[in-house]
Amino acid sequence: MSEKILMCGNEALSEAAIIAGVDAYFGYPITPQNEVPAYMARRMPQEGRVFLQSESELAAINMVFGAAAAGKLAMTSSSSPGISLMQEGISYMCAAQMPAVVVNVMRGGPGLGNISPSQGDYFQATRGGGHGDYRTIVLAPGSVQEMADLTHKAFELADLYRIVVMVLADGLLGQMMEPITLDHLKPIKTKAKPWALTGAKGRKQNIIKTLLLQGNELEVLNLKLQEVYRQIGDEQTRYDTYQVEDADIILVAYGITSKITRAAVSKARQKGIKAGWVRPITLWPFPSKVLTELAKEPRIFLAVEMSNGQMVEDVRLAVGGGGPVLFYGRAGGAVPTVDEVLEHIEKIMLPEVMKKA
Amino acid sequence: MQKVFERTPSIKECHTHYCPGCGHGIVHRLVAETIDELGIHDRTIGIAPVGCAVLAYNYMDVDMVEVPHGRAPAVATGIKRVLPGNIVFSYQGDGDLASIGAAEILHATHRAENLTVIFVNNAVYGMTGGQMAPTTLNDQVTSTSPQGRTVKHDGYPLQVSEILAVLPGSIYIERCSVYNPAQVRKTKKAIQKAFQLQIDGAEGLSLVEVLSPCPTYWRKSPVQAMKWIEQEMTKVFPLGCIKDTTL
Repeated sequence: MSEKILMCGNEALSEAAIIAGVDAYFGYPITPQNEVPAYMARRMPQEGRVFLQSESELAAINMVFGAAAAGKLAMTSSSSPGISLMQEGISYMCAAQMPAVVVNVMRGGPGLGNISPSQGDYFQATRGGGHGDYRTIVLAPGSVQEMADLTHKAFELADLYRIVVMVLADGLLGQMMEPITLDHLKPIKTKAKPWALTGAKGRKQNIIKTLLLQGNELEVLNLKLQEVYRQIGDEQTRYDTYQVEDADIILVAYGITSKITRAAVSKARQKGIKAGWVRPITLWPFPSKVLTELAKEPRIFLAVEMSNGQMVEDVRLAVGGGGPVLFYGRAGGAVPTVDEVLEHIEKIMLPEVMKKA
Repeated sequence: MQKVFERTPSIKECHTHYCPGCGHGIVHRLVAETIDELGIHDRTIGIAPVGCAVLAYNYMDVDMVEVPHGRAPAVATGIKRVLPGNIVFSYQGDGDLASIGAAEILHATHRAENLTVIFVNNAVYGMTGGQMAPTTLNDQVTSTSPQGRTVKHDGYPLQVSEILAVLPGSIYIERCSVYNPAQVRKTKKAIQKAFQLQIDGAEGLSLVEVLSPCPTYWRKSPVQAMKWIEQEMTKVFPLGCIKDTTL
């Protein structure tokens, strides 16, 4: 029988990373993710692995770069302003195809913002974030259990595709506690890394670089990266649905907002409104196909986010001309309540229901 | 006939992109000779900077990684922490180490990372076309100090080695040059020591600063450039051992 443990999201993801087999953690303090470095500072030495507090997020991501270049599983965690500082390193690592996991426990922005939960970094996370034409896989946990499960999955994907994987959470998921199980998680099977820097013993020199000046070699790298991204899109797109089959209105939300909207959908059903719910689990690759399919029936889509409307753009792209795509959001650290979302559903749907009656 | 000199195996047999009279070629050779003489080729990992030496991996035949501008000490830290048995060195210019990477070198030193740093100071940004560096001398003309650097506008040349020597985390810091054969030999000795300390597992960072010519952006002939190091640069950046805790 699996044992239930009460943990906060930040600790759950930390322990999951340790179970997955992370060799090194590097990070810099920032709220609301400080439980991660605190947990790692205690646990990593117990496991004989590396924990190091860096002088900045710039240094943290570059330490991750170094450990990854040495063929080890490495991670860092931060929150919005710190993640902005890491974008330089993430771009280099994606160009060099270095596997690594970056956790962003989002807080209110822009600027220094506040330390309340937010989903304002969606654009940054799903569009690469740094300079150049690249992607990171973006996983969006919707519960404390998933903070663990998806962080574990992040290491698997990073190693498999030689890519940076971002776990995009928020301050609420990081701080709140839920009973979870970790028994089902096992150390990941890592791929051989003949490219790793270990010293050129009995083999030719290994070089990890991102400066490609000759002829079209940079275009060739770009095409190679795009091929990897296409493959990831085919193989790793994940989402969850709830009562979508007969739904007149479909709420689309990720992360903590998906918990809130799912409750609102249940309440709407009790009121006779045929509401459904789609939860993207991978934000990149975005689960467009399921939305495109659902939009073949006449339906209204409502994206709910803790931002002023970022994911909604991907919903619009997926739905195309298939139906109206509406948006409801709160930003700057505000969290929509279930009743608030329900009220919004009713505002949209009651005239519809009346019309049908 | 007796062979008195040959290419050391860790230097590749190829042409370099360096300008005529550049000092990087000499410093590359000294680093590679040291690696071969100390028998650490099989476990050495180098970090190439952003700057003229970005392509160092094309010339030095050891495992190498090219990293974001100034971040070499952070990347080196990541490597050394997960592979403590390997010998890790960064090779950085003055724009890379003294300007954009000032925080990274300061904190790698402050943490007493067991690393070797080769710091090539030519008082100018070479790769981008001869802009002013923190190490540019007063009155020195560069593309971004066309009237010559002034204290009033740009402050003083930055003496990073002296700053790092203050930190308990540095165990050996020496400033050398390559302006004549005697200085080249001294530089070689310093580089050997900086690597040997890491091999010995000494607790702390070793750094060798090398005053190196950039005839192209100093607008001088290679010979004049060497003379300028001896006569002008060493006044601001005095040669010699700045710190040695092993004595």
